[in-house]
Amino acid sequence: MSIFNYFLKKEKKASASVAKERLQIIVAHERNKRQQPDYLPLMQQEIIDVIRKYVNIENDQVSVQLDNNDDCSVLELNITLPE
Amino acid sequence: MSKIIVVTSGKGGVGKTTTSAAIATGLALRGFKTVVIDFDVGLRNLDLIMGCERRVVYDFVNVINKEASLNQALIKDKRTPGLFILPASQTRDKDALSMEGVQTVLNDLAKDFEYIICDSPAGIEQGAQMALYFADEAIVVTNPEVSSVRDSDRILGILQSKSLKSEQGGSVKEHLLLTRYNPERVAAAEMLSVADVEDILAVPLLGVIPESEAVLKASNQGAPVILDQDSEAGQAYLDAVSRLLGEEAEHRFLEVQKVGFLKRLLGGKK
Repeated sequence: MSIFNYFLKKEKKASASVAKERLQIIVAHERNKRQQPDYLPLMQQEIIDVIRKYVNIENDQVSVQLDNNDDCSVLELNITLPE
Repeated sequence: MSKIIVVTSGKGGVGKTTTSAAIATGLALRGFKTVVIDFDVGLRNLDLIMGCERRVVYDFVNVINKEASLNQALIKDKRTPGLFILPASQTRDKDALSMEGVQTVLNDLAKDFEYIICDSPAGIEQGAQMALYFADEAIVVTNPEVSSVRDSDRILGILQSKSLKSEQGGSVKEHLLLTRYNPERVAAAEMLSVADVEDILAVPLLGVIPESEAVLKASNQGAPVILDQDSEAGQAYLDAVSRLLGEEAEHRFLEVQKVGFLKRLLGGKK
């Protein structure tokens, strides 16, 4: 049994690198959110409401993202329409 | 010119009060007139770590409410000359601090002291925001552990947006202090390394305090661990104080220490 455990252990990823990967993702996500202007969530909801007048969509089918570059900001609106 | 340094972390139990006590004592040891303020209203603990819990008569809230003068509330440290403690109130709640009140007290302290260390409460609520608002520099205490690193990033965001310095278009000088570091577990890839945490938070490293039995011993005795200069933790805090003062000091205790045969036999402790 112990010899199998030895090989199994080798295949498992070290827990510290799992921690680092998870942190990098969540921290980047939360930093991104932090930099968004306060009006963004409300605007996103209103955009969804307008689209809903015409097409039936769920909240998660719309993504709104604001990217800040040096000299301009780009508001990206992504809507997945149902088939 | 006096300098206000906040010791903060977001997460609780990572070593803010231990660090506040050690850094304040270290600065006083170097000859700077230093005061350390407990901002944790309702959960006062700095007095215990500094070993002056039985000498508290008046507190921070009394001074803000003008029920006592600053001189009445300040406790002179018995071990280290030039060091004073301003304890938090134990009976009031966190709303007892007002921004104007805190500012008045800090302005008064700035006339007499070269360093003002603010020991922040855990969390990101009013008490923590009050502790960091007037800061010139911030020591962000972090454990090499996911929830602590995430919370540190959150508190860094608050330092960058909700401090007086940031509102004036400047920035609070940030320092990362990694505590409870265990080189053995890092070597076994079971713990985030210094480089990992630096990578994620991107804040200049002030120091790494190894996990040490001396820290609990120090708090048991009510003497800041920096005074235990035989311990690795005490020496690491001394190094951190040097770096805070702009001196170069090599980072120690990051690697697994080779334990000699005799020491292993006798069961040597850190």
